[in-house]
Amino acid sequence: MSKRTVEYEVSRTPEMGMDFRPAQGPLSPSEMDDPILSTEKMLINVGPQHPATHGVLRLVLELDGETVIRCLPHIGYLHSSFEKLGEYRTWNQVIPLTDRMDYLAPLIYNCAYAMAVEKLMGIEVTERCKVTRVIMMEMDRIFSHLLWLGTWAIDVGAFTPFLYAFQQREKVYELHEAYTGARITTSATRIGGMMSDMPEGWAEGVRQWTNQFPRTLDEIESLLSHNAIHIGRTQGVGAIGPEDAVNCGLSGPNLRASGVPYDLRKDRPYYDYETYEFDVPIGEHGDCYDRYLVRIEEMRQSCRIIHQALDRLPDGPMNVDDPRVILPSKTDLMNDMESMIHHFKLVMEGVQAPPGESHFSIEGSKGELGMYVVSDGGSKPVRWRIRPPSFVNLSVIPRLVEGGLLADVIMVNASLDIVLGEIDR
Amino acid sequence: MSDERPSGFKEVQQGPEASDPEASEASTAVTGVDAEAHPTVDAARTRFGDAILRHEVMAGDEHVIFVGPDRSYEILEWLKEDPDQLYNYLSDVTAVDYGSGRPIQVVYQLYSIPLRHAIRVKAELPLSHLEIDSVVPLWKAADWLEREVYDMFGVTFRNHPDLRRILMPEAYAEGHPLRKDFPLRGRFSRAEQTRRALAQAPEDYYVPEDYGPGREFQKVRWQELGGEPEPVETPESGDPADESEHSTDPHEGA
Repeated sequence: MSKRTVEYEVSRTPEMGMDFRPAQGPLSPSEMDDPILSTEKMLINVGPQHPATHGVLRLVLELDGETVIRCLPHIGYLHSSFEKLGEYRTWNQVIPLTDRMDYLAPLIYNCAYAMAVEKLMGIEVTERCKVTRVIMMEMDRIFSHLLWLGTWAIDVGAFTPFLYAFQQREKVYELHEAYTGARITTSATRIGGMMSDMPEGWAEGVRQWTNQFPRTLDEIESLLSHNAIHIGRTQGVGAIGPEDAVNCGLSGPNLRASGVPYDLRKDRPYYDYETYEFDVPIGEHGDCYDRYLVRIEEMRQSCRIIHQALDRLPDGPMNVDDPRVILPSKTDLMNDMESMIHHFKLVMEGVQAPPGESHFSIEGSKGELGMYVVSDGGSKPVRWRIRPPSFVNLSVIPRLVEGGLLADVIMVNASLDIVLGEIDR
Repeated sequence: MSDERPSGFKEVQQGPEASDPEASEASTAVTGVDAEAHPTVDAARTRFGDAILRHEVMAGDEHVIFVGPDRSYEILEWLKEDPDQLYNYLSDVTAVDYGSGRPIQVVYQLYSIPLRHAIRVKAELPLSHLEIDSVVPLWKAADWLEREVYDMFGVTFRNHPDLRRILMPEAYAEGHPLRKDFPLRGRFSRAEQTRRALAQAPEDYYVPEDYGPGREFQKVRWQELGGEPEPVETPESGDPADESEHSTDPHEGA
């Protein structure tokens, strides 16, 4: 990270960056000592249908000239009550709900849910499954960050990075489709394993993609990182300090941009993340530009993890050998009475989780993604709760934009990387 | 044939039931022995004594302590401030309703970034008295999370700065959706839900005096208004002196 920090400092030189500070907004009438102008406050409604809100988010802003003096977010337009629906579905039937929450990184949500239930049931998945899930989660981290990068660039006024990013996203879509048959609604995991073993050549496809992807990332970065307009729009905008960021519950790249090295892959490792070699990029100013840098670097680190995972991808079964959760093979089913009974019970009743509860947090693309499942011993969850990273991240937006300029609201909102499907659930 | 096979729709209408009453009782019992004691639990027991009602170990390594709702704030404050605990990161606030009239559990997931340990704190609230102290003064992260619990379960958080519904609309009159006694499709009939939706006047949401940049939105009683737009001439629904300057007719531009 030291190299990036130097670049960051260089980019702050006056000739490169136009120095827009929110507190020094030039057009704040209250500072103009004009009795007529200085009393008028304006109410402006951003959203819910607005391309720059990245979904159906509505922000009510009270303006004094161009300065935002109060921000009131309204959410819930996309509320689908997934948590309630989950209580009416068997453990495996919940999985299709998970990828509809964060449709920008569906595999991460599939995996997180399966992991929580497996922890509740005390199931240890096979090595091959673990590595496959790591590949999938890191791939979708890039997948999600790429969408963020494209839309972020559009919000800042640059169109080309959007096209570059979406060209790469299309390739991940194809990898999704090759594995799961679906581009967005993947539903790839099952309790105790995956929907199937990976198709022939899939791992090779991932490797090819990760080989050529960093070049595109370099191209995008060369368009943005030292771009005077980009720097002027983002540096010093929407800054939050480390103590505040922790207290407000920020997580993921937003928290790390403020200088807090909290990454669940390092701090509470799961799936042998401690054995992979990767760095956790950390910002120091906590502003929009640092969030940008952190995410760019995270994509590179994810590529490193995918390479290591592909190298160690073991042979062997994908699913656990556990008749409580995995259907027996067709051959066994036809020849073995025991398997027949397991098959019947699984199909008719579904997976039965023991009474108890489990909270499992992973590092999602947006931040700490927690899955909290409560079982009473039946085939359906009593409670299925998602700790939504975007939801908590979005809740700080009034603190970040109040006192700043109206135009910066768009940048701050873009820098938080929210997805409304998961906020409203 | 079709009578024997229950349609998915029928099942949806029935609502979730406890799979097995005996088994569900077991879910509140200790599922693991205190094999590996959690230092926080021991310290909390020494300090607060009987205020720590129970200690359970879930899913192998997840330590849960149950506290009384009257002392929860005090204990959570200690967990955050004590130099040996330092749970500075509030990961989640949620609630669990087990149904059949059992108390609703408010669940706090705490994590300490400097010390790298986690604990779950639960407070059981009887259905007749769903009130607990807000932890927003300790962790600002609790702001929206507690609003969501209020919205979904009807738990009131004392001293919360802005306790309003968050995901459901402000005018929602059907109750708290994640409670077990709440049917999946809502309490009102489809026809009634449609009627209410159509009776809403979207312009009302854009009257500055009503929803206000201030906190006056709560005062509008949509149910009492019957979905009719409030006459603009009588902005009695909360107009403190500082908002009196917003006297423009909000409909004139439409």
